[in-house]
Order: sequence, then C-alpha cells, then structure tokens
Amino acid sequence: MSPTVAVVGASLAGLSAARALREQSYEGRIVVIGDEPHAPYDRPPLSKGFLAGTASLDDIALGAPDDEDLGLEWRLGTTAVGLDHVSRSVLLDDGTEIQADGVVLATGARARRLPGDQDLDGVHVLRSLDDAISLRADLVAAGRLVVIGAGFIGAEVASTARALGLEVTVVETQPVPLAGPLGTDMGAVCAELHGDHGTRLLTGTGVAGLVGTSRVEAVELTDGTRLPADVVVVGIGAIPNIDWLARSGVALGNGVLTDACGATNIPGVVAVGDCAAAWSAAAERHVRIEHWTSALEQPATAVATLLGTGGPAPTPVPYFWSDQYGARIQFAGSRRGGDVARVVEGSCADRSFLVVYERDGHPVAVLGMNQPRLFTRWRRQLRSAVPTPP
Amino acid sequence: MIPVCPTTALPPGEAIRVEADEPIAVFNVDGEFYAIDDTCTHQDASLADGWLDGCTVECPLHASCFDLRTGKVSGPPAKTPVRTHRVVVQDGMVHVQVEPAADGLA
Repeated sequence: MSPTVAVVGASLAGLSAARALREQSYEGRIVVIGDEPHAPYDRPPLSKGFLAGTASLDDIALGAPDDEDLGLEWRLGTTAVGLDHVSRSVLLDDGTEIQADGVVLATGARARRLPGDQDLDGVHVLRSLDDAISLRADLVAAGRLVVIGAGFIGAEVASTARALGLEVTVVETQPVPLAGPLGTDMGAVCAELHGDHGTRLLTGTGVAGLVGTSRVEAVELTDGTRLPADVVVVGIGAIPNIDWLARSGVALGNGVLTDACGATNIPGVVAVGDCAAAWSAAAERHVRIEHWTSALEQPATAVATLLGTGGPAPTPVPYFWSDQYGARIQFAGSRRGGDVARVVEGSCADRSFLVVYERDGHPVAVLGMNQPRLFTRWRRQLRSAVPTPP
Repeated sequence: MIPVCPTTALPPGEAIRVEADEPIAVFNVDGEFYAIDDTCTHQDASLADGWLDGCTVECPLHASCFDLRTGKVSGPPAKTPVRTHRVVVQDGMVHVQVEPAADGLA
C-alpha cells in the first residue's frame, strides 16, 4: 500500500501543505480532512469584500485549476476527534480512522466568545464562511451595530458595516486599540480611522453583558452605559483548535508546540498555521502567529521536515495587512515594547505614511498606511537583513 | 499604442503604472521591457507597486507571483493569469500595445 499523509485542516495552511507535498515530489496518498463542508476558501475577505457583498463565493475560493492534478482525497464536513500517536491514526467523528505515515496538523483557530453570547439572536462572531453569511444577512436588515473588540477583525467589520450604512459603535477594553501589534502611538493613529468615518470608538471600557430576551437589544458596559444594538459582533481574538489532541501525546501549549521547522514532539507529526506555536529563536519562546502569510509559507518548511528533506530553520518576517475604511494598513517584522517608531515617509495626519520601528538603531519592523510600494521595499529589506539579536 | 515614458525614466528594476481602460504595469528587467495588467487577479492591488525579482513580480499585498513574459501565476494565492502586452521602444520612448480583453490567456 502506498504511503499516506493525513492533512488535518482544509483551509489555507492545509491546502498549502498538500500543494507543498506534491511540489516536494511526494507521490503517495494525501487525505485532507476539513470540519467545514466547504472547499478551501480565503478568510480575509470574510470581513471585507465578502461581507460587503462585492466578492462572491467563487472569488474567495482558494482552489486553483491546477489543484485537480494534486490527486487529493478530500474528507470535508468531517471533524478529527483524536490522534493515536502510536499507530499515527487520525480518528474522525464519523467513526472512521485514517492510518497515516505522516500527519500535518492544520486545524486553525476558532473565535473566542463571550459567556452567554450564543443564547441571543443577532450576536455574531466572524471566523468561517457560514459566520460571514449569517452576519451579512443580519447586517443588511439592521440599523445599529455594536462591535466588541477593536482588533483587526472588529475594525474591518465596523468599516464594512459603515459602508453598508449602519450606525456603528466599537467597544474596546484596552485604552488604545491595536497597541499589542502596533504599539501605543501607532495603534492610536490607526484607531483614528474609526472617527474619520463616523464610527464611534469607546476605549478603556469593558462589557458587562448582553441585554435581550430572544434577540439582542443592547450591550451593557461596565460603567452602566447601555448601547442599543440590532446586531453585535464579538471580535475578541481566537483560540487554537487543539482540544482534540488533548490525549494524543502531542505537546501542547498556546497551540501545538513545534520547533522552528514545524516538527512536534511526535515523529511524523508536524503542525502549521494558526494552531501551531513554533519555536522562535529571536523571541526565545514558542510563538503562535495567526497571520495569513504564515499559513501560506510555513507548510513548505514543515512538509520538508515531514519528508526528511528539511534544511536550516527559516527566519520568516511576519507580515499582515488590514483594509479599513479604504485605507490599506500593512505591517511586517517583530515589534516589541521599547522599539522606537519613526515616520520615514508621509504623515499620520494624511493617513499616508511609512513608519519604521527601530531597536538599538536597527530596523526591526515596518508599518505602512496607503504606502504599498515603499512598504514592499522595506519588507524585503527586513527579509534579507541579518537577524537582529534579541 | 500608448506612449508610456522615455526609456531613461524607467531604469532597470523599476516599474510604472499606465492609466488605460484597464491599468497596465510596465517593468524594466535589466534593460528588457515587459507590460502586464497592473491589477492583481487575486485582490485589488497594483503590481507596479510589487517587488521585481528577475522576470517575476510579487504582488505587494499577498505575494502572488506572476511571470512577466507569460502573465502566468508562478505563486499563489492568485489563480488567474494577467494579460501581457507588447512593449515597443521608438525614439527613446516606451510604448505599450494594449491587447484586447479576454484574449484567451489561460
């Protein structure tokens, strides 16, 4: 019988792993398992064009015509519920199991929820295609939206809803949105986009609870304020889908723990994408990165590890982007507290700028708003630069 | 033919966007000029803002790669090729001969 690789997860990371297996000349059987019934699709448009109604399901499909030639065996609408590390079998919720010689863990993450937020109609999270379809249906019939969480998903949903004509309020617990990824100064600058476009932003305010009987009517804040709402979106982060591995023997932390090349503690099992926390030499800890580009790029390395042809650990430059209110925000690199942000082009007031973050005089990260050409140059420069000592 | 710019205004490694019915990006690869549709077929981004590596341009937004000679996708997430256009250099000026739409590139 020909060897089998089971790819658990059928989104960008899983599909990229399957493509990488073939690119790296693996000729055996590839089974791709996905808990959603849909063929792989691109998630970033779910809060942007797809939610706005300008991108169709066809537009956001990830599959390309050439993928037919990959000869993949799909098990969609099927959830993996366990992994037996001795026989390297993936157990599925339909009672079957797939015995594999290699396993790629690419189960992604799910939206974090508020306690009780599933009891009321009109309260949404946004992670999957079905989430987006149901949120869109609610938004087009609504007048007032409250978004809980001013992270990237929250900001993008707010932006899309404004364009659809809704009255939008965004509530954020932290004093400055996006301070984690961008730092306080630049987080504040990006958050100004809300006010520019008529979205109300309330910061430093916690949510006490959701008000309503069968359908949500308001969001109550910790200071007692009630924000009337027809629709509520909870955008407070994501949790890696690793519960199913609890008894598998695979080492887990905030994600599946891997080395810098995707290897877990179990031979023949690698992990990629949002569910994986890979060792970072620069950070001296395991880091789980939820960026789209990581899900695209990590699988090639992890598959090489699986096939035993891996080379030295890559030194990726994390990259993400966000489109809000017509502004294109791009970030690359690894920023941390104490790094100095310097505007090298444009101005924050004009909403067109390039900011370089420096540590000991060396650039470590770059942020652009509406500066794609210059941003690309800096991103490439960071990629080719000698890694900065931590 | 659309006049683009003097050859001296487009040095090797550089790109320029040309406004047309569909915007076009013209690249100088070590003295050879190439023209393709400027808008990435994946999502709205200008390939003239992308990174040129040999005869490949990488989209500035999601890193889709296109071969400037054929317009074909050489790296995901794009699925659809871009159109290519003929470049003519006359009297020190770069011109683009725009291909009609839907020319069956696949």
